[in-house]
Formats: sequence, structure tokens, C-alpha cells
Amino acid sequence: MAQTLYDKLWESHLVHQETDGTALIYIDRHLVHEVTSPQAFDGLEMNGRKPWRLKSIVATADHNVPTTSRKEGIADPISRLQVETLDKNIVKFGVQDYFGMNDARQGIVHVIGPEQGATLPGMTVVCGDSHTSTHGAFAALAFGIGTSEVEHVMATQCLVAKKSKTLLIRVEGKVGRGVTAKDIVLAIIGKIGTAGGTGYAIEFGGSAIRALSMEGRMTVCNMAIEAGARAGMVAADEKTIEYLRGRPYAPQGEMFERAAAYWRTLKSDDGALFDRMVELDAANITPQVTWGTSPEMVTSIDGKVPEPSREADPVKREAIERALQYMGLNPGTPINEVKIDKVFIGSCTNSRIEDLRAAAGIVKGRHIAANIKLAMVVPGSGLVKRQAEAEGLDRVFLAAGFEWREPGCSMCLGMNDDRLSPGERCASTSNRNFEGRQGAGGRTHLVSPEMAAAAAIAGRFADVRQVL
Amino acid sequence: MEPFRQHTGLVAPLDRANVDTDAIIPKQFLKSITRSGFGPNLFDEWRYMDHGEPGMDNSKRPLNPNFVLNQERYRGATILLARKNFGCGSSREHAPWALQQFGFKAIIAPSFADIFFNNCFKNGLLPIVLTEMEVDHLFNVVSATPGLKINVDIERQVIEVPGAETYEFQIDESRKQSLLNGWDEIGLTMRHTDKIRAYEATRAQREPWLFC
Ligand code: SF4
Repeated sequence: MAQTLYDKLWESHLVHQETDGTALIYIDRHLVHEVTSPQAFDGLEMNGRKPWRLKSIVATADHNVPTTSRKEGIADPISRLQVETLDKNIVKFGVQDYFGMNDARQGIVHVIGPEQGATLPGMTVVCGDSHTSTHGAFAALAFGIGTSEVEHVMATQCLVAKKSKTLLIRVEGKVGRGVTAKDIVLAIIGKIGTAGGTGYAIEFGGSAIRALSMEGRMTVCNMAIEAGARAGMVAADEKTIEYLRGRPYAPQGEMFERAAAYWRTLKSDDGALFDRMVELDAANITPQVTWGTSPEMVTSIDGKVPEPSREADPVKREAIERALQYMGLNPGTPINEVKIDKVFIGSCTNSRIEDLRAAAGIVKGRHIAANIKLAMVVPGSGLVKRQAEAEGLDRVFLAAGFEWREPGCSMCLGMNDDRLSPGERCASTSNRNFEGRQGAGGRTHLVSPEMAAAAAIAGRFADVRQVL
Repeated sequence: MEPFRQHTGLVAPLDRANVDTDAIIPKQFLKSITRSGFGPNLFDEWRYMDHGEPGMDNSKRPLNPNFVLNQERYRGATILLARKNFGCGSSREHAPWALQQFGFKAIIAPSFADIFFNNCFKNGLLPIVLTEMEVDHLFNVVSATPGLKINVDIERQVIEVPGAETYEFQIDESRKQSLLNGWDEIGLTMRHTDKIRAYEATRAQREPWLFC
């Protein structure tokens, strides 16, 4: 029978199944970071258990690390304790693949997994972090788990799970100039809503997805969770294979060719049935900007802040009113009149080399507007940073008035020192615009790297298509 | 875990959709390396008038009188009534820990975010899905009846509301058994050790590059 990619991945990892459908699935890659692991390591120790397969673990410190010079270590004692706890656990449990704070390859866990070739097609990939869906770009079944599950995977290499329903999102056609993977995924979320994918594993397909680079596909899958789906994925193709060739953790030589032959089968068969399908026309997607406190509260750069009075559903109306109040926006304001205070280019959604190149292309030879208090670029990993510096991108950003920082999660969630102050408005390439996400009282607008760059130059949201 | 068969308790209504994990427990409290102590900072930004940081004496902080959990009639609530897509956002288990350590045993909503839903069970916190209509109805009953206590019975899969109807809810058989018996999930999986090893052996043949 014709199978979907998800069916194939699920079936090939099934270890055991109960009569009610609850299954034990095998986990190939376990990514670990400092926030969700301490209690799991503790649990193992308390129960006298050992990691089942140490080689499956790749760990890094990303959420709490400073993005300024690391010579002095971490100033905040609580952040420091969390990172030091990970350092200790790595030694205590004998984990070998650790990119600690001062390793040249350190970075955001979802950036370094693919960069190292630690994420491969056909794998199950988990991490105690919801944006693990990123790795689905490699035709892997990748999803975020909680700390109890982190412990469960460490102890048994398996997870207790139930099969999801399948949702195919097809984006057909060609996107216009200045429209990026980020705009595609924001448009998708705008269409299906933040709970639209709940209970589903999403496969992104269609010619516009196929046309994306691997980094673009990662951006799309990264935000599957923002559409409510634990996992998002894209079928493997030659781009997937070429991206992985020669990466340190990928198989090498003849073994690579053998693997690639298998990877080529990782796509949905013709005629495979999905529980649900959604289609978008790529040509209709414009540069997107969120205006509210949920990623589904999104509109086009030529759009306006919505008028709650036009919403018939009282629950939705109230949500819009609340969001506008929090965001300090008046109904009906054109988006391109909204002024901003800060700009953040970074996060596991948009901090890879192509993102930085694209943003640098916009700011080159220009300068950030006088009303911008801080514009920062935070590369996703040490290697991305090095590559960008080799290409001179750091100098482009610095000359334009941006700060050039060390890799980490940074202002995506403000667990380190990088945050918004109450009332500050930020154009951010991250993935969540929840209340307080980037700092208590901070106001986040999600955009693509190009749009963030254009906003930095204009001091307000601006249509990148007019700057290109 | 403690076995969890049934629970009778006061209901607090949280009338907002899409309550996310950052709202349930703001990130400055995620830096703890233990599993405990999150209860006092549950819904921190809504509950207190000032900005909370770890290490503060929460008993001295000004409470927001408008926030539902601060209202006298909902003091001691152990069942949370919520709107759709509750628990969206991150995978952090700190969210169910905070709810549980505050004193909640069960959460009723029309829908939950997947990871959060899953995380609740791992901690013996019961997320219950009812229809939008049933949840609406419960919101009305709760606001009309101060001190209303309802009974959640896992064995019979029902919620009993005095003077009103009884609601049935669904729960996976294995999750139900784990709650009823207080089973440790890792222990349960360990019973399949042989199967896991056998699986690994076949997989290593099929995709050897994963095991070198
Ligand atoms: S960059 Fe942001 S979303 Fe990504 S892992 Fe870090 S905190 Fe989470």
C-alpha cells in the first residue's frame, strides 16, 4: 500500500505495540541541552540507571550562554549553575559528543545537529525542546519531548508514543522576490492557526518547498510546532544528500552511497493518503509580519493591524483586543508605520549562514535608523560565525551599526542577558511572539532576516521588496 | 508515582485561549536544576503586580487582585478549567510541574498542545478534553456556583458535577492503567529490554551507518 513519509518513519522505528495503539518507538539521535536535562540526569542516577546508548547523544549549551565575550564565564549565577551542571553530567555519564560553551562548534542545538551531520534522513531525532521539529527537514521524524521523556530515552533508547494523524501542506508555485521560507511558514500558520496542526505530523511538500535550500526547509519545519504539530518533515532528495556529504557525523565513502540509496526512498509514495491536506499558492505569499502575541496573528507587510470590531466571534475578538493592548498597537494602523526599538537576527529559525548572507545583503552600505536602540546578529553556531567572518559579513553588519555576537539562543527567549525591556518593540527572526517571550513586557514581531534587516534600516517595518 | 484513581476538588476557571508555557511558567524560573519549587511562580506575570525573579520572597510580592487564582472564592482550587490549545509553546516540563506544585490535579479544556498533554501524564497530572460546548457549560456552572467542587473519576472516566450533568471523557487505556497504578514508565519499558536489543540488531543490519 502507498505509504506517507511519516508512515515509513514510524514503521521503521516500531519496537513494540500495545493493543490500544500505544507503541514503543526507537530513538536514533538524542540532542541534549542544559535547560531540560539536569532533572533527567538526576532521575537516572537516583534510580541507578545508565544511558542505554551513549553514542546517540550529542550535547551542547545554548540557552543560557552569554553572547558577549565568554572569557569571564557566565555572570548570572543561576545560568552558570545550569551550564556547569551539564558540564558535570557529561563527564559523570561519559557522554563523548559534547560541544561545550567554549568549543568552536558550540551553538544552538538545532543548528549544530544538521551542521555536524548528526541529523540524518530516516532517523528519529528527539530533544528536550519543542523546536526539534527543525530536523524533520532531513526526512527524519523529529520532535520535542519533556524532561521525563529525556530520562526515558536515556534509560531505554525508546519512547512511548502513539501514531499521529498526517497532514500534507502543499505550497505550489514560485514565491516572489523577497519572499523567504520564513514568510512561507508564517503564511501557513496564519492560514491554519496555531492549533491547526495539533495531533498531526505535518509533511511540507509542493514545488515551492522543493525549491527551498536545506536551510530554508529547516526554517519551515522549525515552526511546525508553532502550527501545533510536534513534527514537521520534508521528503529527502538530492539536495538533502548533497548537504550531508562530508559532514563529520554523516557516514563516509562507500557507506555514504549506501545510505544515500536508502535515503532516496524517504518520501511519500504516489497516491499515499493523508488525513488532511492544505494547499497554498506560493505566488500569493508576501513578506509577513506578526502583529499580535501568537504566531497566527500575522499579516502581510502591506497589511494593517486588525480591527477587533470587525471580528464576529467574541472569543477571537477578545483575543485580538488583548493582543493589541499588550502590543501597544491601534486597530487599523498600517504595519509599515509601526516603529521599532530593537532588532534581533538569530535563533534556531533564522541564524544559519544563508540567513546572515541575506540580511547582510540588505544592510550593506546602509546604516540602522537613529531610533534603533540595539540591532544584534547572533549566529546559530560557532561554525556559522566563522564562515560569516570569512565572507566579511561581520564587517558589513558592524559598519551598519549592528552588534556581532557569540552563538546561542540569546534574545529568542531571553534566558541570558539579551532581552527586551517592558514596552520595547522588536523585529525578530525568532519563532515565538508570546507575551514576555523576549523579556517581560517586550513586544515581539516575527519576520524574516531580510525583513528584520530592512526594518533596522528604516527604523520601522518596511517592505523588503522595495529595498532589494 | 502515587496511584491516582479519583479526585474531588474546587474548580478555577481560566478564561483565555492559547495559554502558552511561557505564561504558565516564565523562563526566568527555568534555570533551576531541580524538579521542585515552581508552584509559587505559576502564571507569575499574571498573578503578581511586579516582575518576578528567582530567589524573591513571593509571599511579600503584590498580588494582582483581578487574576482568577488570587480571588478568594478560588483559593485552594485543584482543578483548572481552561480554553482551547492550553499549554502551547515549549516542551518544558516545568509547566506541568508548576501547575502540579501549585496544587492542581486535573485540567479541563477543549484541546491541549500535544507535548504539554503528554508531559502531564508523566507527572500524574490529568489533562481532560471535553467538547467546546461542555467546557462552555462548565464555565457557566462554575461562575454561577461559588465553592463548586466536582469529582473526577479516572476509573469510570467521568466528571461528576453536583446538581448538573455528568461528563464522560476519553483516556488511553495504557495511560489510564499507569495513573491508576502509579506505574513508573521507564520501569514498564524496561520489561521490553530484549525486544529493544533485538530491534537494534535488525536495524544495525539495515542501516549500519547509524551504529558504527
Ligand atoms: S533559539 Fe529559541 S526556539 Fe530555538 S532552541 Fe533556542 S530558545 Fe528555543
